[in-house]
Amino acid sequence: MRGAKSAKWVTGAIIVALAATACGGGNGDKGDSAGGKVDPNGIFSVELGEPEKPLLTGDTMESNGSAVMAGLFSTLVDYKADGSLEMINAESVTTTDSKTWTVKLKKGWTFHDGTPVTAKSYVDAWNWNANVENAQGLASWFADIKGFEKVHPEEEGAKPTSKTLDGLKVVDESTLTIELAKPVPYFAHKLAYIVFAPLPESFFKDPEAGGQKPVGNGPYKFKNWDHKKQIEIVRYDDYKGPNKAKNGGVTFKNYTTLEAAYEDLKSGNVDVLRQIAPKDLPLYRTDLGDRAVDQAYSAIQTIAVAFYADQWKKPKQVDPRVIQGLSMAIDRATITKTVLNGTREPATGWVAKGVLGYQPDAVEITKYDPAKAKELITAGGGVPNNQISIQYNADGGHKEWVEAVCNSITQATSVKCVGDGKPDFQADLTARKEKQVKSLYRSGWVLDYPVNANFISDLFRTGAGGNQGDFSNKELDAKIAKADSAKTLEESVKEYQAIEKDLVNYMPSIPLWYYKVNAGFSENVSGVAYGQDGDPILTGVEVKQK
Amino acid sequence: MGRYVARRLLQMIPVFFGTTLLIFLMVYSLPGDPVAGLFGDKGASPATIEAIKHKLGLDQPLWKQYWDYMSGIILHFDFGTQIRNDRPVTEVLGDAFPVTLQLATLAFAFELIFGIGLGIIAGLRAGRLADNSILIFTLLIISIPVFVLGYIIKMVFAFNLGWIQPNVSNDQLWSEMIAPAVVLGGLSLAYVARLTRTTMAENLRADYMRTAIAKGLPRRRVIGVHLMRNSMIPVVTFLGTDIGALMGGAIVTERIFNVKGVGGLIAESITRREGTTLVGLVTILVIVYLVTSLLIDLLYAVLDPRIRYA
Repeated sequence: MRGAKSAKWVTGAIIVALAATACGGGNGDKGDSAGGKVDPNGIFSVELGEPEKPLLTGDTMESNGSAVMAGLFSTLVDYKADGSLEMINAESVTTTDSKTWTVKLKKGWTFHDGTPVTAKSYVDAWNWNANVENAQGLASWFADIKGFEKVHPEEEGAKPTSKTLDGLKVVDESTLTIELAKPVPYFAHKLAYIVFAPLPESFFKDPEAGGQKPVGNGPYKFKNWDHKKQIEIVRYDDYKGPNKAKNGGVTFKNYTTLEAAYEDLKSGNVDVLRQIAPKDLPLYRTDLGDRAVDQAYSAIQTIAVAFYADQWKKPKQVDPRVIQGLSMAIDRATITKTVLNGTREPATGWVAKGVLGYQPDAVEITKYDPAKAKELITAGGGVPNNQISIQYNADGGHKEWVEAVCNSITQATSVKCVGDGKPDFQADLTARKEKQVKSLYRSGWVLDYPVNANFISDLFRTGAGGNQGDFSNKELDAKIAKADSAKTLEESVKEYQAIEKDLVNYMPSIPLWYYKVNAGFSENVSGVAYGQDGDPILTGVEVKQK
Repeated sequence: MGRYVARRLLQMIPVFFGTTLLIFLMVYSLPGDPVAGLFGDKGASPATIEAIKHKLGLDQPLWKQYWDYMSGIILHFDFGTQIRNDRPVTEVLGDAFPVTLQLATLAFAFELIFGIGLGIIAGLRAGRLADNSILIFTLLIISIPVFVLGYIIKMVFAFNLGWIQPNVSNDQLWSEMIAPAVVLGGLSLAYVARLTRTTMAENLRADYMRTAIAKGLPRRRVIGVHLMRNSMIPVVTFLGTDIGALMGGAIVTERIFNVKGVGGLIAESITRREGTTLVGLVTILVIVYLVTSLLIDLLYAVLDPRIRYA
């Protein structure tokens, strides 16, 4: 933890130093001598950490790997900023009952090794990713498809009884059908995720090589991965999709710290950043001018309730009004502005912005109202022991806001509140997994697919993957099941909107704020935009002539 | 002499096993499951976690894991694979150590040349202006924390003057390594200078010095051979242990200057519970320590003929 402390220490010194030299700043800039002419073959660089795992479509869960994979692979569909679908490798994705889906592929697509992309490439890839023996982290994505439990039994040590998912059928070269175990109205949106990408024949012969030198079907092809230093991808000229690259390629550069990356951005050594370090946040807008990026993306930070903890369970199940009260005791506006430097936006519901079905001001309980908060807590029978704690991981920059939230709660309601810091994310997760959280814990969620169901069903359904606080309510489960069996996507979205409004009566968690992308880019590039997952959209970037 | 070296080399064997076992147990006892950590907030099915653990051998009893690990190292020079990305640890270490070695060499050369140089000047002029200003200078360096020094150097030389690039690029040019090496070697430089100064100032008054001067030897020889050789023992001791520290303890400097060396790797391995990587790293560092301390001990005999090893 010495590192963390040091960084905080330095903050003061550097801000002073930067202020003193603000006038001299920007001497590293190269100037736009070329007059902004675009070089269609120009290669630009993006700051990126080392991907945690090999570059496998079924195992890339964190943002570093995802950013590379997004360039290398194209999926059947993609979604636009409003959550609606755009066909990429698919000609059409159709269904009549939300249970059987027919996918027609665009013709003439090839992988980077020249082999054609066919319906079989998809089916084989999905079967491989779903198989428990391949231990892919994203395997549960195939759980909707019929026969998943045979390929991927849940219990420890169980062996798969089948190598293929029953629900997948290759009809011809460019058509496949997907039969689901039960109707999922928003299944087409899930297909945009990287785990549903196709894989070439060569992959199955040597999956290990496939993870180090992936062969995809996307707008860029893989060139080189120099571990912990850089990853290079270059434009694939035979790409047939609508999102053809407007540049020659991307070099992903690894930095030890975000501070270092930011300094390199200012000296022109890296072109696109995905994040700005807390130390540089107060000044980056002045430093970069209109090259500073400040944009919301679809992720939310919440404080979840550990419903299995004695505090909430004994002697009786806690009244949701108590948690409503705690929620209303948090001054989100002030905390996001001061402690978090404007890098977050106060939440107004459980569903993040940019998601199909997002409703502004969905609920009232995120408004700061100390008087009402007190009232609600008293009406609900008070907080047991009149004390709460919020568990968080101390290595993620959460300490400051957890303390601020605690102060806010204590001041408004005189409920004692302390932060319960775990040394790092691993320890935090273990405590959650083994159900050792004493009271409340920090939790976050980035969208998997841009439908509001993702922020409700995957978090609050009994036994859902993201439901780590053991929240369980039969009424809510029934409502979710009903929304999932809706005839059309629109109806399902509407029902989930109603459920979101209704969540105030259960209070499975306390929504805090939405994440924002705080990033920037250099003068060498233009057209830099960020997607809903917070990553830069590589294909649209234009590189200026040098 | 030969027997002494052989005995010292044999002593390394239990130290090697002891340290690896200790580190292995320590990593194992840290709270947090590295495999579950892979999945973050979203979690994974028990079957998947079990399959990964089985693949990496993490489902074996602890003694078996240690046994497999050690036999891998000794028989095949195989340090295992990383949990996160399936990379062989040997390759990971092979990437990090050359970079750190480069940085440590530069830092060592810097502290050696400037440290001893300043020490000699101060020692010969003990109590006078040069001595006092060097004392103040070293005091300043000792009292400034490494990260502050690092950022000041960046601020002045990279941003204000524009002489250097703020960060080390992926090519690790020697010229880019100078700034981090100065920061890394700065603290030890101050110690070296002070040690040299004190022993020299003391030895100036020794009997053999008076004899040497009385014999009419030239001043250069008196100072260069008689005085230096006798004053170097504590300095050499310090420099020897410092090599190990430079290799392993550069976490802060490496982070500030974007150097992808051993320090950062150690920190990362701890937070990710990469037991195999960590033990491999520490094992190599322990060997570095053992070898340098042996070399230092042998150097004593060269510097002071009175010391003999049977």
